[in-house]
Amino acid sequence: MAQHNDNNPNVLHPHITPLATYFKVAMALFGLTFLTIIAHHFRANLGALAAPVAFLIALVKATLVCLWFMHLKDDTKINRFVFASGFFFLALLFVICAMDIATRVLEVSPL
Amino acid sequence: MSTDNTVHGAHTAHVAHHFKTAEQQYSSGKEGIWLFMLTEILMFGAIFVGYAIYHNMYPAMFAEGASSLDWKMGFVNTLVLIFSSFTMAISISFIQKNEQKKAVLALATTVLCGAIFMVIKYFEYQHKFHLGLFPGKFLDVAKVGAEHANLGLYFGFYYVMTGLHGIHVLLGMGLITWCLIRTIRGDFHSQYWIVVEGVGLFWHIVDLIWIFLFPLLYLVG
Repeated sequence: MAQHNDNNPNVLHPHITPLATYFKVAMALFGLTFLTIIAHHFRANLGALAAPVAFLIALVKATLVCLWFMHLKDDTKINRFVFASGFFFLALLFVICAMDIATRVLEVSPL
Repeated sequence: MSTDNTVHGAHTAHVAHHFKTAEQQYSSGKEGIWLFMLTEILMFGAIFVGYAIYHNMYPAMFAEGASSLDWKMGFVNTLVLIFSSFTMAISISFIQKNEQKKAVLALATTVLCGAIFMVIKYFEYQHKFHLGLFPGKFLDVAKVGAEHANLGLYFGFYYVMTGLHGIHVLLGMGLITWCLIRTIRGDFHSQYWIVVEGVGLFWHIVDLIWIFLFPLLYLVG
C-alpha cells in the first residue's frame, strides 16, 4: 500500500520531526534563558560586553527556534530566502536611518 | 481507483483543482505564510530600529527606564513562551502521526501558556500604571521622580513593543483555539495539517520576537 502511494500526486509525505529533537531544542532554549540571567548578574564585570553577550544569546535562541521549531532546516530554499530577505531590508532601514541622523547639520533658528 | 488517495486509514489530501500535486498545494500554502512572517519581521523590526536610534541619542534616559522594569517577570514570561512554542511544535508532530488526542492536549497547553503570559503582563502593566509610568507626555514626572524629563519616550517604546506583542499573543491564542476545535472535529490528519502549521509558524514568531524584547527592555535597557 505504502509502495503504491509513493508516486501518487495526491498523497503527502510529511517530514515528521521526532519528539526527542523538539525536547532537546526546548531544553537548550531553557538553558540559554538561564544563561542570559546569569550573564545579567555579572553585568558589572562584563562592562561594555554585557549588551552584546545578552543579544548573542538571544540570537542563538532565535536560530534554534527558526531552524527546528519553524522547520527552516528542512524547508525549501525559497522560504529560507523569503525570511532572510526580511532581515536584509531591516538592516537597510537601519543603515539609512543611522546615516541620516549621523549626517544632520544642527541649525539654530535666526528668529 | 478511489483507494489511490487513501493512506493511513481513510484520510486524503484533497488536492484543489488548480494544483498539480498535494505537495505543490502544501508548499504554496506554506510559502504564503512565510511571506506573512516576513511582514511581521519588518513591522516589529522598524520599532527595534527606532529604539536603537533613540537609545543611541539618550542612553542615560533609556538606562533609567530599563532600571524600573522587573526582569523576574520578563524571565518567567520567557520560560512560559518557550514552553508554549514547544507544545505548539509537538502538536503538529502528533497530527502528522494521526494522534489527534495528544495534539488536542498539546494545543490546549499552548493556549493556557498564552493566557499565563497575558496575566503576568496584566499585573506588570497595572503596577506601572500605579507608579505613574505612562507613555510619552502622560508620564507623571513628579510622581515617578524621574531624573530625565523625557522618560516618557522610553515608556512609549515599552508600551508599543510589549503591547503590539501582547496583541499578537491574543490573536495567536484565538487562532490556536480555532485549530483546537477543528482538531477535535477531526479536520486535521496525516494528509492535511497546513492550517495548524501556519498558526504554529505565527506562534513561533511571537516567541521569536519576545526572545529579543526580553534582553532589550528588561536587561540591557
